[in-house]
Amino acid sequence: MDVSIRSVSKEFDGYPALHDVSLDIRSGELIALLGPSGSGKTTLLRLIAGLERPTAGAIFFGDEDASHRTVQERNVGFVFQHYALFRHMTVAENIGFGLKVRPAANRPSKREIRRRASELLDLVQLSGLEDRYPSQLSGGQRQRVALARALAIEPRVLLLDEPFGALDAQVRRELRRWLREIHDRTGHTTVFVTHDQEEALELADRVVVMSRGRIEQVGSADDVYDRPNSPFVFGFIGDSSVLPVRVENGKLWLQDRFIGIEVRDVPDGPASLYFRPHDVELLDGGGGCIAGTVTASRRVAGTRRVELEVGGARERVEIELPVDHPEAANSRISFRPRRWKLFPASGGTAALSATDDGSAGKADEAELMLAASL
Amino acid sequence: MSVDTLTGMPRPAAARPAAAHSFRRPTTEGPLAKAILITIALGFLALFLVLPLIAVFIEAFRKGAGEFLAALGEPDTLAAIRLTLTVAAIAVPLNLVFGVAAAWAIAKFEFKGKAFLTTLIDLPFSVSPVISGLVYVLLFGTGSVLGTWLKAHGIEILFAVPGIVLATVFVTFPFVARELIPLMQDQGTGDEEAALSLGASGWQTFRYVTLPNIKWGLLYGVLLCNARAMGEFGAVSVVSGHIRGLTNTMPLHVEILYNEYNFVAAFAVSTLLASLALVTLVFKSFLEYRYGDEIAATAKH
Repeated sequence: MDVSIRSVSKEFDGYPALHDVSLDIRSGELIALLGPSGSGKTTLLRLIAGLERPTAGAIFFGDEDASHRTVQERNVGFVFQHYALFRHMTVAENIGFGLKVRPAANRPSKREIRRRASELLDLVQLSGLEDRYPSQLSGGQRQRVALARALAIEPRVLLLDEPFGALDAQVRRELRRWLREIHDRTGHTTVFVTHDQEEALELADRVVVMSRGRIEQVGSADDVYDRPNSPFVFGFIGDSSVLPVRVENGKLWLQDRFIGIEVRDVPDGPASLYFRPHDVELLDGGGGCIAGTVTASRRVAGTRRVELEVGGARERVEIELPVDHPEAANSRISFRPRRWKLFPASGGTAALSATDDGSAGKADEAELMLAASL
Repeated sequence: MSVDTLTGMPRPAAARPAAAHSFRRPTTEGPLAKAILITIALGFLALFLVLPLIAVFIEAFRKGAGEFLAALGEPDTLAAIRLTLTVAAIAVPLNLVFGVAAAWAIAKFEFKGKAFLTTLIDLPFSVSPVISGLVYVLLFGTGSVLGTWLKAHGIEILFAVPGIVLATVFVTFPFVARELIPLMQDQGTGDEEAALSLGASGWQTFRYVTLPNIKWGLLYGVLLCNARAMGEFGAVSVVSGHIRGLTNTMPLHVEILYNEYNFVAAFAVSTLLASLALVTLVFKSFLEYRYGDEIAATAKH
């Protein structure tokens, strides 16, 4: 089932939660709504479900305008962060609930409901737990039951609100793989909300990055990581370091020092240089690089994270080096980002162009992304 | 012996007392403080609860079981018992419905004046029962417009059963609501949303999800409400008119008998009221014992 969100806004008591959001979800897609808390991702999910009503705009299920349909009529499967299992019902009764409450005309027999529940329990790999109560299950098991319950009504869309948010890291990873498998097998159009970027990038076909009630970027994991279109996305997805720089005649300056990066078609003025801490090359010093004093060096898993103070204003940046890199022990390090992206200093919403492949600067092996307009 | 190790008996006998003595959990008190606190609590209970209760039963049976039964068999007493049961049978279901509705509104919805409604629900607790009764006298008395109009249409409120029911409903209406509001607020709307998203109608959601979630709180509230409805004195006394055999409830009847120096009868009726309290208590404890796990699961989960 295609889902189309058209210019949807939502206000709560005058406080805006979503501003004019549009999004097309293709049938069978697995979509992640990713953003920090307060970004409106859960609100968007609840609007699709019909648990909230949009202040403006429309939501289409296929060709049908579902905006004014009730949550019951929309036939969506909704999985809640805290499971919301009915605690006084057994697992089988929970899963069968959606079938039991159907009008008599298309309600399956008790036996059929029970059979469906067992079938779904097999699907979520909890066979044989029909007669347990939710309180007798672990968190991961409960969430599987919640998913089975949502699938039982043969939903047109499956919506999951931070489904793994209340689970510990180990179980999260396990369930992530498992959810992907279930999705591949059942083919439901699925939207899930998460604030965990790893989860979103690993699981989803497309990631919708949201911030402050707006969609910042929609794209594959590669798109949002390699080609972020705003400072927010760059900062939110993956690690990032920022330096305030100045553009002068197509060259980037950090205070009084040319840092060896040249850009084209960028007006003079202040700008922010974004790069990934691990995507840097170390240099011997001299001109055309960023040089800094090491203030801290921490071992993080497979790499060493080095914090540098750069330039007269002592801007702090982080870079990552291989653990056994000889330079890591030095007190001064010079480097240049291999890939980077320049945003106007206002950090703003100006339109930003993507790739410019090449001739700018010495870092010609790198894919350069620059801001075209300020 | 291996049994000793299994039961946790100390192997080096000298080591344990020293260890036990040197460490006390920070949140526990010393033995002296413990003893004092327990004595105060138990002493208070004995003096103010157990002793009067025993006194009631002793007084009732002072002249033997025959006299006791005869006192209960009096037509006026039977009428009082009947009236009390009738009033409770009307007031408790009314407050059950009202309590669930009020708790539902307060716990599940956001609306203007919610804080005010919460305060209003508590009003009968903070107002003296005599005032609660007096309100109805002013409202339905012969001097009032409403009272005159009703009188003209042959409807008696004051000094009749309807007045007693109204006063009882007023005094007991916070019990169910107060029990349910914190419970329902704590449970939130997640389960209801889940049920609705699965296609359940509003009524099905209430019947299959909300009601089972609150049933223990509801039962508890009803028990308290019932105990109070049968035992209410002040408000009922103001509106009843104390007509023997007609508008006398059990508590009022106790007072009349007592004032007539008919101690055996007074205490006999009192034993019934006291028994009601005991039965309520036992019933509640039994429920907690029998369904304790489920109650705990419902409360926490």
